[in-house]
Amino acid sequence: MKPAQFDYLRAESIGDVHRALSEVKDARVLAGGQTLMPMLSMRLARPSSVIDIMRIEALGRIEEKGNAIRVGAAVRQAKLLAWPALKDRQPLLAAALPWVGHAQTRNRGTVCGSAAHADPSAEIPLVLTALEGSVEVSSLRGARKVAAAEFFTGLMTTARADDEMIEAVHFPVRQPGHGYAFNEYGRRHGDFALVACAAVVSRTRVRLAIGGVSDRPVARDLSGTNDEELAQAINDFAWSLEARDDLHATASYRRQLVREMGIRTIREARACIS
Amino acid sequence: MTCRKSRRVIREAAHLSEIPEDSKRWLGRSVARVEDAGLLTGQGRFLDDLGVRPGTLHAAILRSPHAHARITKIDTAAAKALPGVSAVITAEDVTKLSNSLVVGVKAPIMCWPIAVEKVRYVGEPVAVVVARDRYLAEDALDLIEVEYEPLPVNVDALAALSPESPVLHDGLKGNIASDRKFRYGDPERAFAEAAHKITVETNYPRNSCTPMETLGLVIEYNASEDAFDVLSNFQGPFSILAVIARALRVPGNRVRLRTPGDSGGSFGTKQAVFPYIVLMGIAARVAGKPVKWIEDRLEHLTASVSATNRSTTLSAAVDPDGRILGLAWDQVEDVGAHIRAPEPATLYRMHANLCGAYDIRNLAVRNRVVLTNKTPTGLNRGFGGPQVYYPLERLMQRIAVELKLDPVEVVRRNLIAADKFPYRTASGGLLDSGDYPAAVTMAVEEGGLAELRARQRAVREAGGLYGIGFAAVVEPSVSNMGYITTVLTPEERRKAGPKNGAQATATVAINPVGGVSVHVASVPQGQGHRTVLAQVVAEALSIEMSEVQVVTDLDTAKDAWSIASGNYASRFAAAVAGAANLAAANLKARLARSAAAQLNATIDDIEFAGGKVFSKRNPDNALAFSRLAATSHWSPGVVPDEAQAIRETVFWTPPQLTPPTEADEINSSLCYGFIFDYCGVEIDRETGAVRIDKYVTAHDCGRILHPGMVNGQITGGFAQAVGAALYEEYAYAPDGSFLAGTFADYLVPTMMEIPAPVILHMETPSPFTPLGTKGVGEGNCMSTPVCIGNAVADALGVETIDLPLTPAKLTALMQKPEPAPPTHAEAQTSAAPGQQKGRSLFGEGSAEIALPPQQVWEMLLDADVLASIIPGAHSVEKVGAHGFRADVSLGVGPVKGRYRANVELADLEPPSAVTLRGGASGALGFASGEGRIQLTATDSGTRLDYRYGAEIGGKVASIGGRLLDAAARVVIRQFFEALARRAGGPRSGNWFTRLFRRRP
Repeated sequence: MKPAQFDYLRAESIGDVHRALSEVKDARVLAGGQTLMPMLSMRLARPSSVIDIMRIEALGRIEEKGNAIRVGAAVRQAKLLAWPALKDRQPLLAAALPWVGHAQTRNRGTVCGSAAHADPSAEIPLVLTALEGSVEVSSLRGARKVAAAEFFTGLMTTARADDEMIEAVHFPVRQPGHGYAFNEYGRRHGDFALVACAAVVSRTRVRLAIGGVSDRPVARDLSGTNDEELAQAINDFAWSLEARDDLHATASYRRQLVREMGIRTIREARACIS
Repeated sequence: MTCRKSRRVIREAAHLSEIPEDSKRWLGRSVARVEDAGLLTGQGRFLDDLGVRPGTLHAAILRSPHAHARITKIDTAAAKALPGVSAVITAEDVTKLSNSLVVGVKAPIMCWPIAVEKVRYVGEPVAVVVARDRYLAEDALDLIEVEYEPLPVNVDALAALSPESPVLHDGLKGNIASDRKFRYGDPERAFAEAAHKITVETNYPRNSCTPMETLGLVIEYNASEDAFDVLSNFQGPFSILAVIARALRVPGNRVRLRTPGDSGGSFGTKQAVFPYIVLMGIAARVAGKPVKWIEDRLEHLTASVSATNRSTTLSAAVDPDGRILGLAWDQVEDVGAHIRAPEPATLYRMHANLCGAYDIRNLAVRNRVVLTNKTPTGLNRGFGGPQVYYPLERLMQRIAVELKLDPVEVVRRNLIAADKFPYRTASGGLLDSGDYPAAVTMAVEEGGLAELRARQRAVREAGGLYGIGFAAVVEPSVSNMGYITTVLTPEERRKAGPKNGAQATATVAINPVGGVSVHVASVPQGQGHRTVLAQVVAEALSIEMSEVQVVTDLDTAKDAWSIASGNYASRFAAAVAGAANLAAANLKARLARSAAAQLNATIDDIEFAGGKVFSKRNPDNALAFSRLAATSHWSPGVVPDEAQAIRETVFWTPPQLTPPTEADEINSSLCYGFIFDYCGVEIDRETGAVRIDKYVTAHDCGRILHPGMVNGQITGGFAQAVGAALYEEYAYAPDGSFLAGTFADYLVPTMMEIPAPVILHMETPSPFTPLGTKGVGEGNCMSTPVCIGNAVADALGVETIDLPLTPAKLTALMQKPEPAPPTHAEAQTSAAPGQQKGRSLFGEGSAEIALPPQQVWEMLLDADVLASIIPGAHSVEKVGAHGFRADVSLGVGPVKGRYRANVELADLEPPSAVTLRGGASGALGFASGEGRIQLTATDSGTRLDYRYGAEIGGKVASIGGRLLDAAARVVIRQFFEALARRAGGPRSGNWFTRLFRRRP
């Protein structure tokens, strides 16, 4: 289990990353390495080069900017989890982050790295989708902001172009009159979610996002429905996700979790409307 | 999960108080482990930490992606040509330079450490590269071209019984390697006369206790002496050295084995390094240099070794009171693709105690050993115990349910009475000691069963699912080296000669400048043998523990050992520590003679205490122990011959371990501990998750030398058993793909999932071992899986239940009807659970194309068109009228691999339908499948409909199971959408054009 040969490039600035991504074929950004390194070791991924971005100071910031928390590409998950304002500014993110891997992997893994890998079970893409957040990508050609719904395009694939890097992700801050809740079930503590649910509700709106079932996180607005209609709507939602059987769960089991955990998550979100 | 504080109650048995107060100074106390300071400060000396000789080469192994296939071609030229590669070894070298590994049953089959002509399981070695470093060796693996012709696969133990199942070994007619029937007492009569016949059917799954450190070795071949020098974390049994030497075609004394000072766990699995010792021995011989190989985790999980999976039908003849009059076992043991030594030992280790803790005199047994396309099995903690106690204790629960009796009462009514020990079992076991009814009473009272039952009532009244399970287990330890021969018929045994006993050895030596050295051949894997041996010897000689230095690395060229040596069958405390005690006692007797001479006293007047040796009558007439001990070194002339004391090596074998009798009676182990467990579990209705509310485990493992280590063994075994019960499975798809190649899919529970058990003890010393001790390391691997299984069965009220108890499985058992899909739902592409064949994927889709069908048809038959639509194609060449060969890069996101693909067009119905059939193989695995394309004329051109089925195997199936199906769908969909696009259909969104970046 040794990686194939690759070049290691250490970027000192965002410009370095842009140049490397545009010039080096088959390069891959290395941030916390919690997904990429095992992939290299197992030779699942064989990039020609990895571009280490963790020394770029400008990428290491967490800041509140225009109604969103902007998290830079070098911010580790543990750092965001320890950000004092987190629970107040975005309770959904605060509730979901402890479910990302283990304390050890959060100490290394980055928030943007999780978005970049777009694992269908990952919590961070799910929260971005539920909150209608966005991803800031940039290249020599310029910068653009992509809405989460457009960014996650499928299994481990995103709208990021080959020459683009993720500079930051934006989580919208808590809105008055809204309640947020997160629930997840995995076989063991820290495992990939069999199903993860994130709910954003207000008096007039119910938005439920589901991870771990489809090939990407999927959100649906279930607004304006009474309890019975809500149950029906969640069942429709569950069936629409094209759940599959795997070693750990059947499709039918995943749909059950969506139905039962989904309703519970919405109830919990309603109970904490501020 | 709530964590409960573990409670330990040591019962001072009457026997303990008979041991003189003075000698309790070290034994029976939880002294600090001498191993820990080094381990905790990074000074452990594990195999991979030890330096190697300059020039040592590194090996990597090419392994089969197929479960069953004929090897039609191996081309190693490109790999050999890679700079830095010294040699590539294949079956040709192995069969030329070695013999097949000895097989433990009388059957005309071979067992090579590399695939010869055929591969028989996923992960079977196919070639070995030795190179300057491991990176290069792995690079070279990618350059070896192997062509396989897949064969039908057989992965189901019960299906393997059928003569129609695909045959693995041509020497056999089917896949049954052994079929033996045994009869003890009068089982037919017991069943005929009993009021009830109660039967359970169980399928015990495959799992393994996975060590942190994987297998590894460094091996050198000395051509001038035709001898091999091996450094390996092999754990024994050393009978395997005979297998290695015979395979390498040298006498036993020309395979010198050394083991490192530390080992990062084994739980039996490191026995499985032996085929690699042979394989790498040949590699070192061919390369002419020392070779080092360290197994990686993917190799370990996929292809090292596992416990057997076993399908069992067990019936009991039961009287109306719940007393069992007879048992009938029908066991089908799946040993995987080869019968690798010492298999089929897993099936026979429990033969003496097939009636468990119960007084049952009538017993019928049928044991069949089958071969399937899975990794060969071998030693694993609990060895044969979980496979026997799962059905036996499930049966006890079923008897209670069917006869409406209290399960504890059913256990009690059948237990062997305390006054019957030593107790001869129906099948020949000699249970050494115990008081089972007293142990059950202690567990029930001190563990708080009444409170647990009250809690169950309360949870059930509140609508919850709560169950209580029980398990009573006899835990064997110190294996009889002859038990494996029970698989042979008495005639075959007569021919082979009797095998029996269990030689344990220990050496105690006195240093000329003070201090005592101890050496044993127990090959510890982290348990703390050095600490306990220091306790034993310090106690025997009445000296400080710090004066005893214990060495446990082993060198078979220099140290005392026997075929029974090694770390297995829980033999340390009973056999090895006992042998050390005997060696120390022998030395002490000689020292006493010497002291008597020097102090002018009689031998029976000599006393050892507090580091001094003195006359009891006149304690001032004394010598320092160190001074006395040095006498034989410095002034042997003053010591009588019979009192010379420098070094004492003891070999000890218990007389109770006799060979199997003509009637197939066998005492398979020397000691038998007793365990009574119960637990309460609650099942979450929403998720189906099992929460262990409370677990009580009561042990009688004879005399306890180190309570802390005993509890450590119990807790560790319990943790692994919780894994077996709820999480872990070496799962195979019906096509033989291995599905649990990483710790993301082989779910070993962590401290978050494992509650601390309540541990209770009583001590009934063994009359057969020098220290009264018995083994304790494996018991919970035997008792806990079924105890949890019984609790879950109780909670759900189900009759049949197999491990692992996954939430999806339990949710299905709750039989909640699923709400129907909405009528407008998109078609479900996933097959219904249970109907899926292997890793098969099914899917369908359609595309609109702005060309008439005839033109679309012509494009389909055009190699250039296919070149542009096969995802990631580098080149396409036409083969025959309707075939194509292509070199393609496929993948999703960052995961990419290069494959050779073959596509063939069949069932042509121009211009409306065609079948595309093909396969691809590469370093990450292989895929095969077919798709049917239908072309229908429409107003705007053509509608192209496709349906496909595909199968995927190899490395990607082992490590990417969670994402593989979805990834394959992406690739397949891309193919058909590219076809539509190429045919002029509407261009889809840009996502799939980005999925695969073409290489120039």
